[in-house]
Amino acid sequence: MLNYAVKRILIGLATVLAASIVVFAMLEIVPGDPARLMLGMNATEDAVHALQEQMGLNQPLLARYFHWLGGLLTGDLGRSYTYSVPVVDLIVERVAVSLPLALISLVLSTAIALPVALYSASRRGTVADTASMGVAQIGVAIPNFWFALLLVYVFAVTLRLLPAGGFPGWNAGIWQALKALILPSIALALPQAAILARVARSALLDVLGEDYIRTARAKGLSRPGVLYRHALRNALIPILTIVGLQFAFLLAGTIIIENVFYLPGLGRLVFQAITQRDLIVVEGVVMLLVATVILINLVVDLSYAIVDPRLRNRP
Amino acid sequence: MTASPWPEGMSKAIGNRSFVVGLTITGIVAIMAVLSFVWTPYAVGTLDIAGKLKPPSWSHWLGTDHYGRDILSMIMVGSRNSIAVAFVSVAIGLAIGVPLGLWAAARGGWIDELLMRLNDLVFAFPALLSAVMITAVFGPGAINAIIAIGIFNIPVFARVARGAALSLWPREFILGARACGKGAARITIEHVLPNIANLLVVQATIQFSLGILAEAGLSYVGLGSQPPMPSWGRMLFEAQTMIGLAPHMALFPGLAIVITVLGLNLLGDGLRDVLDPRLRRER
Repeated sequence: MLNYAVKRILIGLATVLAASIVVFAMLEIVPGDPARLMLGMNATEDAVHALQEQMGLNQPLLARYFHWLGGLLTGDLGRSYTYSVPVVDLIVERVAVSLPLALISLVLSTAIALPVALYSASRRGTVADTASMGVAQIGVAIPNFWFALLLVYVFAVTLRLLPAGGFPGWNAGIWQALKALILPSIALALPQAAILARVARSALLDVLGEDYIRTARAKGLSRPGVLYRHALRNALIPILTIVGLQFAFLLAGTIIIENVFYLPGLGRLVFQAITQRDLIVVEGVVMLLVATVILINLVVDLSYAIVDPRLRNRP
Repeated sequence: MTASPWPEGMSKAIGNRSFVVGLTITGIVAIMAVLSFVWTPYAVGTLDIAGKLKPPSWSHWLGTDHYGRDILSMIMVGSRNSIAVAFVSVAIGLAIGVPLGLWAAARGGWIDELLMRLNDLVFAFPALLSAVMITAVFGPGAINAIIAIGIFNIPVFARVARGAALSLWPREFILGARACGKGAARITIEHVLPNIANLLVVQATIQFSLGILAEAGLSYVGLGSQPPMPSWGRMLFEAQTMIGLAPHMALFPGLAIVITVLGLNLLGDGLRDVLDPRLRRER
């Protein structure tokens, strides 16, 4: 188990390192001079030189990379050119919107999908099973931003129950802030719940066909007992894999959903940074998101061993 | 062991509900896209400010937008864009991912390990994020959207091809081919590839539908194809500010996306059942 964990952690670290090279290189291959690109056509030579100095563009490539990498490790992502504040400050401020949004969506989608999957799998072939899987089939095909528009039309424009967009900040009170996140979370969560419900149901059905399930039933365990004690636990590996993948999708999905609801999260930040050509911010946010995805995959891999004791002895 | 199940597969296909419904929907969308080259109810460029924001009627079946443009015509022309972007990005994934996956399976060892770690690396960049980066560097546009979605498809196909190929390599008929003195490359082309073709077709259908969704998302946030070319995603973006006045502007382009993706997903499910009974999901 320890060997396996150490190996996985080392691979994870190597992947983060490789990703940092990719992100750094992307901005290196910007056609022309990044400083000139950021400042636009009308910039004076002095301004361009000053920004080149600030970004360290007059240093050799490798030195710049290691300087940037060192900054990443010590939590210094440089200064935003447009906001004139450290990128880290910007990110911390925006994470306070994006992270709760992604987490609420993840919890919501799992809370919807698992009961549906358990219900469907235990009543395979019934009308309820067919109907819920039909709904899931349609749910998979719905783009979350379109669903978001429909939610806005029904709950904000027509019923006037919830805000159509914007974020009052956590200082305005937890309820006010949460209210602004309700529609975005539902918009992100439901299409994901449809995917998860389908995967979880089929994973459960695979397990329910196993001999040990029949044995458990034969020894007198009740149907729900078998379902929860044996089937769910054994179906957890594919379910966990999808939940892990979904968190990555949800993080990326916040990029679009935050634009639908004008939420000041990481996604909006990236878009504003792109239009303002603030490449230092783009670099920092992309690196953070990619590192998060890699970390989640690592956690999912390690949790396999907790779920399935057989994997603990894997070399 | 040949892989073409078509002769006997035909009757099985016709009996498969997912396949038939999926093929019908996909066919209608494809016909709509082709038809848009020669005929649309109205020319997409025609503005009619006096007739703007009209709800569905006999003259405009799906209504008009804020410039008075016919929404049905725009959806028809927009379908070309969605299909083209999804198609090319799947082709990129197939053309690069499959050879890489097959190579990894055939060689094994450190090459396999290296390729799979590279796969993990690409997987760490969600398609949308790589699109954001590519746009930040090269600017928005349909070509960059294709590249971003295509890059994401490469590891998907590499993984599917590798996994399927690995399960074939220890089989007797491959051993037989090796005993005949065939090399790894020849075995891969003559024996492995035909036997995983079904799986690749199914995966291509799934990635195609994901490509349609991804393209819509990218054009919604302004990173996809640029005006004046209509695209479903941007139609939804334009509908957003009009949602209180003209909800039909948001409804129909979204329905077009849902119906297309649903059709492709049903087709994929159906194809999986028809082409490879071993993969048939319990229903």
